[in-house]
Amino acid sequence: MKFGVLQFPGSCDEVDALQAARKVGDAELIWHGDRDLKGADAIVVPGGFSYGDYLRAGAIARFAPAMESVISFANGGGLVLGICNGFQVLCEARLLPGALLGNANRRFTFRQVELEVADHNTHFTRACGAAGREGADERLSIPAKHSWGRYYSSEETLKGIEENGQVVLRYAQGQNFNGSVADIAGVRNEAGNVFGLMPHPEHAVDELVGGSADGLQIFESMRLSVEGAYV
Amino acid sequence: MRARVLIRPKAGILDPQGEAVERALPALGFAGVANVHIGRLVELDVEDPSQIKEMCEKLLANPLVEDYEVQLLDGGS
Repeated sequence: MKFGVLQFPGSCDEVDALQAARKVGDAELIWHGDRDLKGADAIVVPGGFSYGDYLRAGAIARFAPAMESVISFANGGGLVLGICNGFQVLCEARLLPGALLGNANRRFTFRQVELEVADHNTHFTRACGAAGREGADERLSIPAKHSWGRYYSSEETLKGIEENGQVVLRYAQGQNFNGSVADIAGVRNEAGNVFGLMPHPEHAVDELVGGSADGLQIFESMRLSVEGAYV
Repeated sequence: MRARVLIRPKAGILDPQGEAVERALPALGFAGVANVHIGRLVELDVEDPSQIKEMCEKLLANPLVEDYEVQLLDGGS
């Protein structure tokens, strides 16, 4: 399978995303000005500071030509993963519910976080637990680094998200440093083909430098879904 | 037409910037300060002011988390 990784002016995690994707399949960068998704089977919207985060994080990136194609791709059922700034872009594009606000602790924070997999039966988490690590079926340990990562949705929207089972990842007890509502670290759309999270799975794909390789399970899950192993 | 758009965090949503300033003011000796909130100000010249609402909904504000208020000013700059 082939991943397409978007690249905006101000992206900074697209190379790590590319390398993470290449551990499970092929991957190619897609420049923000291109409408051609190059035949990608799944799209990654990476982290960084697209268009300088001017106005609001992700507010301008959502109108990029490449994003127009990604929105059509998503509406057609294609798998889309948004990481950090990519999550913000997908929320601004209304592909995902809610919004990301400034951290409650008012600080840029960079730390390893423990996440609970709230749902293993998604296109993005079905391989979680395959790493053989003790407790890996329940938790992922991956880094987070952001200033604007406080997930927020209105009470009414949150009720719908919970009822539909759209929460995919939650910060484990004591790990919700940014003040996200209901400890939500990652959420999917109702159809299940679009997923965004603030922590960075692409930075945790090699135990030597990533603290863990848990993040790889997200990319591996996407590969399994695209290749039809579980459809 | 010169226009000014005031964008504020919706009431009830935690505003860490406002809280930080609210705590900083008493430290400088300004007593009796409460409910500090920080938003954005966008000023622009527009030919068709009737388009401003759509500009706000689509780009200038995020209506899920922000309220906006449009003020039309006299003349351009």
